[in-house]
Amino acid sequence: MTEVLSEQMGRGSHGGALLEVDNLHVEFRTRAGVAKAVNGVTYSVDAGETLAVLGESGSGKSVTAQTIMGILDMPPGKVTGGEIRFRGVDLLKLPEDQRRKIRGEGISMVFQDALSALNPVFPVGWQIAEMFRMHRGTSRAEARKKAVELMDRVRIPAARERVNDFPHQFSGGMRQRIMIAMAIALDPEILIADEPTTALDVTVQAQIMGLLAELQRDSNMGLILITHDLGVVADVADKIAVMYGGRIVENALVHELYKNPAHPYSKGLLESIPRVDHKGQELYAIKGLPPNLLEMPTGCAFHPRCPYRRDNCVTDVPPLYTISGTRGSACHYWREVIDEGER
Amino acid sequence: MSDPTATQDLIKGADDPAASPVAVRDSQRSLWRDTWDILKRRKIFWISLVLLILFLLMAAFPSLFTHKDPEYATLSKSMELPSAEAWFGYDLQGRDVWARTIYGARTSIIVGVLATLATVVLGGLTGVLAAYFGRWIDAVVSRVGEMFLGLPYVLGAIIILGTIAPAQSNPSKFTIMTVVIVVLALLGWPILMRIARSAVIQAKHQDYVQAARALGAGPMRIIFRHLLPNSLAPILVYATITIGSFIGAEATLSLLGIGLRSPVISWGIAIADHKDYLRTGPHAMFFPAGFLSLCVLTFVMLGEAVRDALDPKLR
Repeated sequence: MTEVLSEQMGRGSHGGALLEVDNLHVEFRTRAGVAKAVNGVTYSVDAGETLAVLGESGSGKSVTAQTIMGILDMPPGKVTGGEIRFRGVDLLKLPEDQRRKIRGEGISMVFQDALSALNPVFPVGWQIAEMFRMHRGTSRAEARKKAVELMDRVRIPAARERVNDFPHQFSGGMRQRIMIAMAIALDPEILIADEPTTALDVTVQAQIMGLLAELQRDSNMGLILITHDLGVVADVADKIAVMYGGRIVENALVHELYKNPAHPYSKGLLESIPRVDHKGQELYAIKGLPPNLLEMPTGCAFHPRCPYRRDNCVTDVPPLYTISGTRGSACHYWREVIDEGER
Repeated sequence: MSDPTATQDLIKGADDPAASPVAVRDSQRSLWRDTWDILKRRKIFWISLVLLILFLLMAAFPSLFTHKDPEYATLSKSMELPSAEAWFGYDLQGRDVWARTIYGARTSIIVGVLATLATVVLGGLTGVLAAYFGRWIDAVVSRVGEMFLGLPYVLGAIIILGTIAPAQSNPSKFTIMTVVIVVLALLGWPILMRIARSAVIQAKHQDYVQAARALGAGPMRIIFRHLLPNSLAPILVYATITIGSFIGAEATLSLLGIGLRSPVISWGIAIADHKDYLRTGPHAMFFPAGFLSLCVLTFVMLGEAVRDALDPKLR
């Protein structure tokens, strides 16, 4: 962090976590109507903590991340309510030039597809070095040296020889490592990884997740891991927030959720993971389609697909019921879901 | 696959320095360096480059190619056919066609290059601004561009040139060249604006621009480091080809008697002066026209070679 920002945001002087998303509302105003992408999302990450945000396409997980970064296209996007507090300061109220300083240095981001997230016309070393030149005004030679160090740190073999190669000359896993190197170049306090392994094959996925976990331990970053893959998060995450239709439907510690989900949607997700001991049986799938953001179902957004549905699910929006200090579920019948899981 | 270095070795093997001459690993590599590496292996590039150098030499030092005075007229030799004494023969006024063709390169190339430069600056700037900022800036720039694009080229030039410098008038060499350059750029910028605009709009929605923003890049850095370099290829290619077509356009205007005119020496004027004598003395028109075509072709070929080299996907 630059000194200016450190002065403005005295570290630890506020009560909450390092990054807090509080009741965030984001909508897209399109010709077809208003798409409510994020409807009151609340989550927080502290230093050294890993939060997994889980959800299918259109659940609002990426839009939330883009809003945190301040890279949402506005218009058509519009933040209609809530706060995003970084060290207690509401980012949404900061002027653009101050937000820009936080990007990369305070909060940084890894994108899904590293091939398209790296500039095709510049060598990778140049792009990593650019981080130092842009934020710190480091000299060309010094920045280049740091770029090689970073490439070593994210385990790119023969970093010194490959520093001048172009993104398309690397394999998918190596490109993602380069993207990660850029994102952690300035030791950010929060790293958001938006589906960092989706574009990779399974063995490489594990390596990248391992790398992220290791980098996080070393530098005590807060990590927000956005994914639609439950299998990816199990080993890495501490907390998990399941999103559906722009809301958080369940939050829990990872082991709690894996042991016994408290929301029908998370339960459905867990049951859709292929398992060796279920070989030969039909794979479970949640019936129906994700909600249309332009016409959200009334009441609980999940009710058209929910096996636990009762009449009031169609009319009443369930609040996030507190189950314990670490757990919440936005289901009117969460007790039933949990009880069934314990049987 | 479990060992990342094994995968890595495989990939490295694919672009092993011994296998590919592109791999220059020791020195700092850049976009331009790579472009050059590709260019130098292309025959079409060398051919157009040699021709280009010849034309540029002609434009800069015409006396290298001829010791004759292009203004010196011997009326008795009017329309005399090519001979050992005068390789390209004599024109209507009895002036040496070879000398006039050589001296004509200068004006044609100056007009072509400067008009293109003005077009690129005007069109490129408006295009990038329109694409990056969008909204009303885009709307205004696009509509104004369409208004200019709606003017037929020759008609627009006739109207503007006919008003500023009518055929009967006798403007100075500098004035008439400036006016022609401005008219060409004024009628040509919308196409370049559209190319730049669409290239930038395309680049703007790429993930790397989003990623650059997410990692703290400001508008200037995004425009100059991400949008421009990724939009440069089509702009550069079109610009190179435009030099050729502007040289042709200059000739057209001269032919119509509203562009450059005597005492300026240019290929277009030579063609205009001798278009009525095609049957009796074709040489007086053929040689300047041939040089004109060759010069246009040179720039078009160069443009194509550059386009191929600038496309990173062809590497």
